[in-house]
Amino acid sequence: MVAQTAGRLVVTNRTRGLHPGAWWAWALGCAVVASRTTNLVLLAVLIAVIAFTVVWSRTDAPWARAFRLYVWLGLLIVVLRLGFRILFGAKGSTVVLWLPQWRLPGVFSAVTLFGPVSAEAVMSALQSGVQLAAMVLAVGAANALANPKRLLAAVPAALYEWGTVVIIALTVFPQLAESVVRVRRARQLRAEAGRGTHLIRTVAMPVLSDGLDRSLLLAGAMDSRGYGRSSLVRPAVRRASSVMILAATLALCVGAYGLLDTGRTPWWMGLPMVVTGLVVAVVGLRWLGLRVKRTRYRPDRFGSREAWMCATAVVSAAAMMVVDVVWPVAAFPAAEPLGWPQVSLVGLGAVLLLLAPVVIAPTPVMAATTVTSAAHATATPSSAVLRPTISTEVGSTDLSSAQRYTALIRAEEAS
Amino acid sequence: MIEFHHVWLRYREQSAPVLRDVDFTIEDGQLVLVSGRTGSGKTTLLGAVNGHVPHFTGGMMSGSVVVDGLDTASHPPRELSGVVGMVAQDPLAGFVTDTVEEELAYSMEQMGVAAPVMRTRVEETLDILGLAELRGRTLRTLSGGQQQRVAIGSVLAAGVRVLVLDEPTSALDPVSSEEVLAALLRLVHDLGLTVVVAEHRLERVVGYADAMLALRGDGTVRLASPREIMATSSLIPPVVELGRAVGMPGVPLTVREARGWAGPLRTRLEKADPASYDRLPRSEGCDPASQSTARVAGVGQGLDVASIRLNYGSVMALDGVDLRCEPGMVTVVMGRNGSGKSSLLWALTGVVPIQGGRFSVDGRLWSTAKPREIRRVIRLVPQSAADLLYLDSVQAECDAADHQAGVPSGSCQGLLDRLAPGIDPVIHPRDLSEGQKLCLVLAIQLTGDPAVILLDEPTRGLDYPAKTSLARILTDVARQGRVVLMVTHDVEFAAVVADQILVMAQGQVIQAGTAEQVLGTSALFASQVAKVLYPQRWLTPYQVVEALEGQVVAGRPSGWGQS
Repeated sequence: MVAQTAGRLVVTNRTRGLHPGAWWAWALGCAVVASRTTNLVLLAVLIAVIAFTVVWSRTDAPWARAFRLYVWLGLLIVVLRLGFRILFGAKGSTVVLWLPQWRLPGVFSAVTLFGPVSAEAVMSALQSGVQLAAMVLAVGAANALANPKRLLAAVPAALYEWGTVVIIALTVFPQLAESVVRVRRARQLRAEAGRGTHLIRTVAMPVLSDGLDRSLLLAGAMDSRGYGRSSLVRPAVRRASSVMILAATLALCVGAYGLLDTGRTPWWMGLPMVVTGLVVAVVGLRWLGLRVKRTRYRPDRFGSREAWMCATAVVSAAAMMVVDVVWPVAAFPAAEPLGWPQVSLVGLGAVLLLLAPVVIAPTPVMAATTVTSAAHATATPSSAVLRPTISTEVGSTDLSSAQRYTALIRAEEAS
Repeated sequence: MIEFHHVWLRYREQSAPVLRDVDFTIEDGQLVLVSGRTGSGKTTLLGAVNGHVPHFTGGMMSGSVVVDGLDTASHPPRELSGVVGMVAQDPLAGFVTDTVEEELAYSMEQMGVAAPVMRTRVEETLDILGLAELRGRTLRTLSGGQQQRVAIGSVLAAGVRVLVLDEPTSALDPVSSEEVLAALLRLVHDLGLTVVVAEHRLERVVGYADAMLALRGDGTVRLASPREIMATSSLIPPVVELGRAVGMPGVPLTVREARGWAGPLRTRLEKADPASYDRLPRSEGCDPASQSTARVAGVGQGLDVASIRLNYGSVMALDGVDLRCEPGMVTVVMGRNGSGKSSLLWALTGVVPIQGGRFSVDGRLWSTAKPREIRRVIRLVPQSAADLLYLDSVQAECDAADHQAGVPSGSCQGLLDRLAPGIDPVIHPRDLSEGQKLCLVLAIQLTGDPAVILLDEPTRGLDYPAKTSLARILTDVARQGRVVLMVTHDVEFAAVVADQILVMAQGQVIQAGTAEQVLGTSALFASQVAKVLYPQRWLTPYQVVEALEGQVVAGRPSGWGQS
């Protein structure tokens, strides 16, 4: 059943969108690109790409609204970076602002605060600040676009206790915000505005005890509903695989650091560490996975779209690394002398390639529209073959929707 | 199906046992209603069915619990998830995922059910519980009744044979409760599930139950037919109370049964006027005028609300509400969830600012004042009353209340002693029972003698005796010359206390009248006694007994009768 107008097509039985892993791969690609350049033009384009993708692809789920927090965090990073540079002296050839210099008294006399502020120092502070902010935004984008609970569903049973903690935190934390509003309103009923320690006692305590109660209730419910039936696994096996996965995670972290900071780290901290981590993780999970029986309801498939996402991320990151090596001036322009940074076409292309999700990812389905589309899906008699139901939404036709449409027509004909 | 063999359970070494030599067997396919006073161990008993108690909660248990042949001692709750399904009071607190479909599948995922089987069962469950249109919805956006049905479905889909529900309807409005109970009955009758349900408002379930488990309060439990338990228990719904009081030939469990036996009763009551009889026993030895905090002198015009409007963003919560409450009267606001009842109360405290209209107390305009000033005359006991408590002892809470109201110390403690005698002042407020917490908050909010007291769902979690004493307290508080404005879903409680009833829908008051006018005639809000004695407008068993004894009560306070 394919309904079509000159509109954007929404595949309603894929309301969940892309596999969360694909979003994380994309975000990591963004982060790697950001880590490989301090070119403000490239970074600005990258931030624009990340922001546009988030706005374009996010749903109206609670976690999607978290992106704003990351934007504020990014701004804070840039401001702090600039602030510290000015505070501890920003000398250079082009002075733009004269501030009085102040030498600290006593044993700190080696330290001088403020002093003349140069454009070059501001520029280099901006470069490193914006770079870090872009990496933070990349992580924020992944958090806003990938459903954290669906990612967690893939947590291996060996990490059962961790999984419980994270699920409870993810569920109870948003509820705490509601508790705060409720308790503060209630507090007004007792004519106690409350400040400082009093505020902590009168608002924080009830909210925290509320959160604790909720956490226990949820943990109890999860227990009663069969979460962690891995007790079929021998405790020794569980502990051993836990250790293996922990070690693997550690190795992956160290490896990632080594990869991102090749200049100053020994060779073994890079790729070898990542490979070791991956091998240990896979072995540990396989070992345990053979013993734990757990299934997934309509799992997020890692299909061609997800593969394309990963591919673009890898290509972007690789292209940026090439620019980094071949044309370092474009990747890391010097702050001195001042001037517009040179932009390499390959670098710009690498950044723009990260816009791929806009074409690859399905159009986000909002909770409000899900109601009608779900009703539509149940209203139509289903045949024995499960076919995707398509409903239409007003919007502009884009390449991906046209591609999807043709693919579905073919599927229709085939079945 | 469920066997308890000499179960003893205590939470601490020295404490009294919560369950004392509990020994019973529940047959396959029965609907069993659990009754008992607050704190008598209902939740513990229900938790013991799947081993949640003591595996999760801790505690020492002797004896054994066997469900479908599995001993809970050797099978922790997660191993029993395919046999016993637990549904809690607040469904939202137990949801693990975000959408209806995922929630239904969650248990099966943990049990390792094959994907095609899982898909089939989810679809079946959606149809059995009428959730098909909601399948993709976010759980938080559902109504209370829908959420509770999803919670039932989520354990049902796991293929359980036993369903255990702890007060599944206590947070729901009458329509949503009916929806949930109808779903439950269907599961018992069509699917042959064994259902164990605890419920304070027995009138909703007792007519359908095959057996009752009565907790006596000392840890012992009695399993018998509902009729046997109802014949002797002190926790009885109004229809049973009526049947026992007027000496019906048997114990009526449903309105239908009682109506069949009520023919002669209706004839005897024909001449009497319901409005001239008290609906609940007066508090013994309590003369409202003699109490020190009484507010009898200079009674004003009460609360006047004129076309107040309130929006939350684009949602219209109050759409021009007008109402008038006389001092000395209890006004009850009813209506489905989301009809604007709670918003009305919050708007009157000034904490939630209104966008139009005004309200005044005793002729003085308050709608433009700050919450801090409004607080001098209007006080609210909110739905989660415990939010108002934050100090570490009852004494400290009372002192703070005296200080905030600027009254001599000891005033609040004095009020509390009258509302709930015998509370240890050094105890932590969290350790109080629900009823005691409510009394403490009520005492705090009465300190400083406000003219208007607002209450939001005060009967949640209270059993019959606690509700009766709350009804007395509220009536006394009102009779001392205050306005009492209360929001409740509890029809029977409204029948006991209400002088005036307002029904709200879509942010407007759609009906206003005396309790007799509204509760006596409405199809939805009629009390059980009203249904039994229709078309006569009797509301409570006590009223009928009074009429039969011919004790005409004289001297209603002014403002009684017409609204």
